[in-house]
Amino acid sequence: MRGRAETFAPLSARRLLVLGGIGLILVGMLVGDMLAVFVLHQNAARVGESLSAAAHAAVAGDANAVAASFLSVGSFLENRGTKVDTHAHMIAFGYLALMLAILQPWVALREGTRKKVAWIFLFGSWLLPVGVFLIHYVGLAHSPLTTIGWASIFADLGGVVVIVATVGYLLGIVRYLRQRQSLSTPDWLLEDRSVAGRILIAGGLALVLLGFLHGAYYAAMDLYNQEALDAGLLNYVAAAASSRHLTQVEQGLGLYGQLAGKKAVNIAAHAHAIEFGLLAMLLAFFQPYVSLREQWKQTWAWVLLAGSLGLPVFVLLELKLGLVAGGIADVGGLLVILALLAMWIGIVRYTGELDSAPQLRAGGRG
Amino acid sequence: MSGARRLLIIGGICLALLGMIYGVWYAVFAEHQELDGIGKSLTTGFSAAAQRDPSAADGALQQYYELKYNYDRHVDVHGHWIGLAMILIVLGIGLDRVSFGEQVKMLLAAALLVASFLFPLGVLLQTLSRGPVPPVLAVAGSVLVIASLAGMILGFARGQKP
Repeated sequence: MRGRAETFAPLSARRLLVLGGIGLILVGMLVGDMLAVFVLHQNAARVGESLSAAAHAAVAGDANAVAASFLSVGSFLENRGTKVDTHAHMIAFGYLALMLAILQPWVALREGTRKKVAWIFLFGSWLLPVGVFLIHYVGLAHSPLTTIGWASIFADLGGVVVIVATVGYLLGIVRYLRQRQSLSTPDWLLEDRSVAGRILIAGGLALVLLGFLHGAYYAAMDLYNQEALDAGLLNYVAAAASSRHLTQVEQGLGLYGQLAGKKAVNIAAHAHAIEFGLLAMLLAFFQPYVSLREQWKQTWAWVLLAGSLGLPVFVLLELKLGLVAGGIADVGGLLVILALLAMWIGIVRYTGELDSAPQLRAGGRG
Repeated sequence: MSGARRLLIIGGICLALLGMIYGVWYAVFAEHQELDGIGKSLTTGFSAAAQRDPSAADGALQQYYELKYNYDRHVDVHGHWIGLAMILIVLGIGLDRVSFGEQVKMLLAAALLVASFLFPLGVLLQTLSRGPVPPVLAVAGSVLVIASLAGMILGFARGQKP
């Protein structure tokens, strides 16, 4: 069984992936929170305004104004989509980094190679979201292609780099499995059964299951109806505009806005419950690296779970309770960020203790 | 490494790779064109309404519905394959905390892996066929995911007891 210091040495592949992965998740969550507060809601309102302007232009019989309104809808949707993608990909790559960190003892490659692959993975993990974020601003400027701009090309390159690094680790695992002589438990990290770890595993699993049950219920009861209603309402608005019935246009647009809200909160609740559950489970494995007092480790585990449950539940309640629920959901997100930051600081403290120990021993001998 | 753990970890990484490769392919060859088509069909529909041509508006909005239907599913497949892959890997890593015999663990692992592949595949096939097979595949896959996940949770709960 490998020791703590050996598997978490300075700039080792595991340490790079753990600190880089939690860093990606933290930045991804902060980006998500800032975008939600300062960009996404305003952007959604502008999309609604532009759609309304297009419908009113259709009532007035002004086809040019319709085209101009939809041009701005497209721009707002692209702006929104790329920002959500930036948030989601940073967090997803952070999760993948943590998983690859746990799997390191099973990757039968030289430490130097594993370290290089970790740097390549982290490079791609930053390149993709940064590229995606810039798509809206760079557009097609100086692009050699007709539909894809430079930012998109670099984002795709980031994705390819991440795939190459993941394939590299996969080959290492396949190589490990072929070396049958070393199939015993390779890592002390998985032996940990601390209370904080158990809280995070049990809570994380429960969140994942809740997220799945909600997703299945939503898909069975609402998804197909809402898809049909989406197109039906747009047809209704277009037909009302064609026959110049302004009241019906307004009514249709109002219902369309409500429908968009319902879809958004259901998808957000489903995705966040599962993602936070997965995060809790992943963090459970790293609790031995969190250099905090046991009581604090348990407290931060509960804070993470409380925020992870609060966010999706209150996102769902936004339709009934309005902005109050939205505010509580944001507090839930903040709790998750705080708990994650505390654990990250705990891991950084641990790396400091680990790195200074040989120096202290050397000093003691001298 | 036990057979069930190996199945979950290797299967999970393969599924994550499948989801990523599919995502890159989709982003390069289909997504931009699909989004462009969604925008154009909406513009055409409302421009036709402005020109008092309800049948042209209806046709364009029907095209919007088809494109949006496919777009939502393409994005969902990418997200679900990778998301489920991550759950498989994490469960594989923590499998020694599941308090079941090796056979039951293997059964749960195999069910979870097959379901995690089939559920998004069913969603993807809905873009190619509107027949009953793709939705049945998606529903069966999702039910199997939930059932095997519930089994894993039961095993974890048994393992937590002192």
